[in-house]
Amino acid sequence: MKKMKKIFTVSTLRGLLSIILFVVLWQLVVFAKVPYLENLPYPKDVAVHGVEAVQSKTYWLNWEISLIRVFVGFIAAQVIGIPFGLAMGASKVFRDFTFSAFEMLRPVPPIAWIPLAILFWPTRELSIYFLVFVGAFFIVVINVLQGVSNISVSLKWAASSLGARPKDVFWKIMVPGSLPSIITGMTVGMGVTWNVLIAAEMIAGQGGLGRMTWEAYTNHNIPLIVVGMVSIGVAGYLCSMAIRWLGEQAMPWKKRF
Amino acid sequence: MTTHDKIEGAISIRKVTKIYDPEGARVMAMKDCSFEMGAGEFTIIVGPSGCGKTTLLNAIAGFDTITSGEILLDGDTISSSLKQIKPNVDRMVVFQNGALFPWKTVIENITYGPVVQDRMKKSAAAELAKGMLHQVGLGEIGDKYPEELSSGVQRRVEILRALINQPKVVMLDEPFRGLDAVAKTVMHEFLMEVFCASPRTMFFITHDLDEAIFLGHKVVIMTTRPAQVKKIVPVALPWPREHHIMNSREYLELKQEVLEAVHEEAKKAFEAGERELA
Repeated sequence: MKKMKKIFTVSTLRGLLSIILFVVLWQLVVFAKVPYLENLPYPKDVAVHGVEAVQSKTYWLNWEISLIRVFVGFIAAQVIGIPFGLAMGASKVFRDFTFSAFEMLRPVPPIAWIPLAILFWPTRELSIYFLVFVGAFFIVVINVLQGVSNISVSLKWAASSLGARPKDVFWKIMVPGSLPSIITGMTVGMGVTWNVLIAAEMIAGQGGLGRMTWEAYTNHNIPLIVVGMVSIGVAGYLCSMAIRWLGEQAMPWKKRF
Repeated sequence: MTTHDKIEGAISIRKVTKIYDPEGARVMAMKDCSFEMGAGEFTIIVGPSGCGKTTLLNAIAGFDTITSGEILLDGDTISSSLKQIKPNVDRMVVFQNGALFPWKTVIENITYGPVVQDRMKKSAAAELAKGMLHQVGLGEIGDKYPEELSSGVQRRVEILRALINQPKVVMLDEPFRGLDAVAKTVMHEFLMEVFCASPRTMFFITHDLDEAIFLGHKVVIMTTRPAQVKKIVPVALPWPREHHIMNSREYLELKQEVLEAVHEEAKKAFEAGERELA
């Protein structure tokens, strides 16, 4: 990169302001004792608990546990899902054999897999990896498949006129051509992954940010519930940022703003 | 690189018929279409929209089959109902909507052919491509991606990507559609320049009659679907041509002749319920 990006642009300042406004509004709601929201803690209480949490080892252990679960399940979904989607897009025979079954399983919400996952996998961790995997897998596959079918036929024809063999068309046209859809699939899949992970941790997990939040509830520690929620938000945001960064590295031809 | 002792690339289209979906809807795109394109001849194809011009191009390029008839390249059958020679570097296509690879830079696009065929090393091909770009005044754009370029420049790059392979035949499907009149004149001069530098058989589909007469050795006017040859108008204007010839009497008379033939077919097509005019 030749030039550093400016950090304090008007746009980032507005972004900061939006967070400050949100906190102010929150303060007002609690202060005014809006009905049904009386139990909401003040931002200050949450901040105090937050600062406490950040200094404890268990808090960071929970981060680590959740991130490892996301990482394992998500990577597995990519490693299996991307080739699966490409194969479905490239081969009509393979698509005919797999698509109907795939489309029947796809609408099943990942959370509905929880009972089976707990019953079938020997350890709790494996069940959670599997659930995270399910959350991302279907989204990845459907995006790759769509990406492959959106590649214009003239690109394939142009390549074969230029002397590309079928394997070149696959590796040099289909794969890079579906890359934007793969990245989209990853971005959406990452969001779903966190959804599923938190639900799975609350029900079946040991440790992790979801479990931490749930335990705060059972201990009736409302500020810590909010700390847990904010932590999950930040973790999800960081993961999305990582995917966006990955996308920019993988697709230098896409103009970014 | 070899010098052209003899220009190759004569194409002969003999009684070519193409029926899409023969089991079902039976859409006849071409019926007994026959004409010749000499080696090194710049042939222009005009005709009503949807008449089957692109069908013919796809058949010559090897993208699609024909139902009956025969297409020959330098005397060898490249397409018939029995056989279909695959797309090959001897017949290059420049597509209607552009088909540069968005994920490759200009240099990577141009060198794709020689590199994928293992004909040249990447670095040698890149040098050659740089030279070609420089020669046509596009020396600065080698490392840019297609999306960063105007459509006129994209088209020129795509034509260079075809030419680096030294094809016998270059087929262009309305390559300058959507460009404004000024950009078009630049494209015409560019095409004229590269054609004169090394003449080869050109198959050029267009709706722009000025373009047709300005660039062509002959203009083949197709009928409305199913496509047949309605009329062939030879253009005997001297080469290389410059834009002021568009005011000459000879030019205007030719244009009138082509226009009348095209108009007749366009009217038929319109009456047959076709939406777009030529």
